[in-house]
This record gives sequence, C-alpha cells and structure tokens, in this order.
Amino acid sequence: MVEREVVIPGDLLGDDPRLASHGTYVQDGKVYSANYGLVDRRNNIKVIPLSGRYIPARGDLVIGKVNDVTRSNWIVDINSPYEGLLHVSEFPERVDQDNMSKYLHVGELIIAKVADVDPSMKVELTLREEHLRILRQGRVIDISHVKIPRVIGRNGSMISMLKKELDCSIFVGQNGRIWLRGDEKMVDLAIRTIFKIEREAHTSGLTDKIKEYLKNELEEMRNQK
Amino acid sequence: MRSIKFKAGVLKRADGSCYLEFGGNKVMAAVYGPREVHPRHMQQASRAIVRYRYNMASFSVEERKRPGPDRRSIEISKVSREALEGVVMEALYPRSAIDVFVEILQADAGSRVAGINAASVALADAGIPMKCLVSAVAAGKIDDVVVLDLNKDEDNYGSADLPIAMNQFGEITLCQMDGHLTEEEFARALEMAVDGCKKIHELQKQALIEKYGQEITPAAAEKAEGGVADE
Repeated sequence: MVEREVVIPGDLLGDDPRLASHGTYVQDGKVYSANYGLVDRRNNIKVIPLSGRYIPARGDLVIGKVNDVTRSNWIVDINSPYEGLLHVSEFPERVDQDNMSKYLHVGELIIAKVADVDPSMKVELTLREEHLRILRQGRVIDISHVKIPRVIGRNGSMISMLKKELDCSIFVGQNGRIWLRGDEKMVDLAIRTIFKIEREAHTSGLTDKIKEYLKNELEEMRNQK
Repeated sequence: MRSIKFKAGVLKRADGSCYLEFGGNKVMAAVYGPREVHPRHMQQASRAIVRYRYNMASFSVEERKRPGPDRRSIEISKVSREALEGVVMEALYPRSAIDVFVEILQADAGSRVAGINAASVALADAGIPMKCLVSAVAAGKIDDVVVLDLNKDEDNYGSADLPIAMNQFGEITLCQMDGHLTEEEFARALEMAVDGCKKIHELQKQALIEKYGQEITPAAAEKAEGGVADE
C-alpha cells in the first residue's frame, strides 16, 4: 500500500493538466489541489476529501427521510444541501394523488436511487428498482459521507464481515446514512463499530483492527450472559 | 510577529472549525455548509453565497463591549467575506450558502486578520473546495518605525495600522489602512505584511496536516459503492 500525503487547498500537485481529476484545478498549466484531503496519483491526480457534505450524483443509492408531501411529489431529505424529489410516477405502485400520505408519509425513511441531478441541483429520486423500498423496521444512523468507503471496505470486505459476524441486515447509503436491522444487542454493537470505523477511518489495517475489536466485544457479551 | 497557535477541527457540531491564538487574540471560527439558503431570496441560481459574521464577545475587551453587531463589526464582516470569497469555488454548489462565524473571545489588536486566518482554516476543514488558503496580518507604524503585527498598545498609540490579507498566489484580498504612511513606508509595510502572510500560511498548513497526524494511509479512499440490503 502506498503512503498518501495530506494536502491542503492550493498545494501544487503536478505540471500536467491532462492528469487533473476530482478535487483539483488547473491554473497556468499546473495542477493544484482544490480540497483538503489525500492525494491519489495512481492513474491521474485526484484529491480525496477528508470532510465535506454529500452532493448527490446520478446513480447514487441513498437513504432519505420524507420531509413534505405535495400533490405530485414527496420531498425527501437526503442529508445534503439539496433536497430530493420523489415524483408519483417514480413510486412502485399506482398512487391516488388525493391521498399521497397513505403510501408514504412525513417522517418515513426510504432507500432510493438518484435518478437525475440537473445543473441547478434539482435532485430526482426513484423507488422503481430492485432493492429500493420503504424502510419500516430497523434503525438508521448518520455518519460523514466521506467515510462511507471505509465502512464498505475494499470490495465490500468490511461490510460483509460486519453482516456475517453480527448477523444483521445492513444497508449503506452513499449519503452517509446506514440502515441496520437484526438482534437489538447486535445492532447496538454494529453501530458502535461503525462509529469506531468513522473515527479511525484514516488509519491503516482497519479491517483487521475492527475484526479484533468485534471478537473482543462478542466475547464480552457472551461472558455477561 | 507574535506567537501563533492554530487548532483545526475543534467543534463537533460545525462542518469545519478552527481555534486560533494570535498573540493576545483568541478566536474561534466555525463553518457550516454548503447548506440551504434561508431567507430564500438570497439564494443564487448558479453559485453558492458566502456569509461571514465577525462578532466580538462582550468580555473580549477591557471594558465590557455591548453585545451584538455594530458599525465596526458589520464593516469587518463585509471586508473579511470579500477577502475569502475569491478563493472559494462557489460555482460548485449552486443555490446554497456557506456560513462562516468568527467569534473573538479575546481581542488584542489585529482581530480581523486573526479572524480571516482562522476562517480560512475552518473552511478547508469543512471540506469546501478552494483555490488556496488566505493568510492575513497587519503591519503598522510606531514612532516613525514600520513594524509587523501590532499589539493593542502599539495599535492604540502608534500612528498607522495596515491590515493585509493575501492568498497563496500573492494576490492581496484585503488592504485597509488607518493613520498615515508615506509612500516608502507603505511599500515597506506591505512587504513586511506579505512576508508575514507567507509564514502564517505555513502554520495554517501545519495545523491542517497535524489534525490527521502521521497515521494517514491509503485505503481511506476507494471508490464508494452503495451496499445492497440482503434480506
């Protein structure tokens, strides 16, 4: 694994503007960092931010909370500066528009997909796809969306370990919300573990560390019984 | 220059924050956003707006300061906002607001430049894309000697004060002057301030890097993929 350096906005990263990618900008033919984050020089030069708000992009799977119901849309909070719109036509069933709240009311949580984002940041969501649905059980927690890749792990290693060890259903939304369902004690532990991953997201060998942590915690739970 | 201590990421509720001790000044900066704009009419369709609030605590000066905005703090808020607006990449977040709050807990001359220094670190800490950081320092004149970074007595009894803010590329984004300087004195003071800004820039950079210590490593960043709920 390559050591990655921390950069701040304005750090000079390279001389080839063709390599400039996410989190960088070009000025006078040179590439500078536009973000506070870690540099990745593997293919092109990009800066992975260490913090920041979630900005929706087409195709993202997110967990949203219904904030308002209008005659044709549900307005959904997606943990971002922009709210999501779920149009009636994107709801999996036929909807009686005089009684929208019957299908989905204020406060309910959904797993949705970002169908489209236009240049003025109007975000359209959809529920018409496999896996997308209304969450009627379980718990949802919020973490910083930049830490989501660590919770998932390389090729999903971290999340599949959590699911296996704790026997929980877990869904990780790209907007930093995580839904969990399972035995209450196990969900408690899963949440503690996820917060631990969030805190230590920038350290190496995290999956092994978390494995060890889970082992100890599970041992302790067994002893208490 | 007086001793300077930055600490990034000190507030849990804010998206980004910075505590700064700049000589006798103690400053806390907090950044929120990008977030929805309220009131709605301030919203800009094509870019984010930056709002900056400079506020002095009532206990920050020798004699109790009446709390709340006054003519001075409104002016400082405006010029500080303009000093930072140039580096923030506003076009990336249409219809949103980036709010910067700067609280002066203890004042000892040069609190506006201290505020800008802290706000710039807090903006970076909040993960807001910027062209670079902004650093600021004041130069001045006491008894015909041009000096850098005045303290309270030097400011009150000196004959000129020249706060300067500069970005990494040497563009000056804030330049105010109080008192009188001849052309040569001004040139000398500006030069000193520019050197001071460069030193402060190093300290700001250090503070941000220190936040994550040496432990930073790789996989902190693989491509994000939404997981799939298995029932």
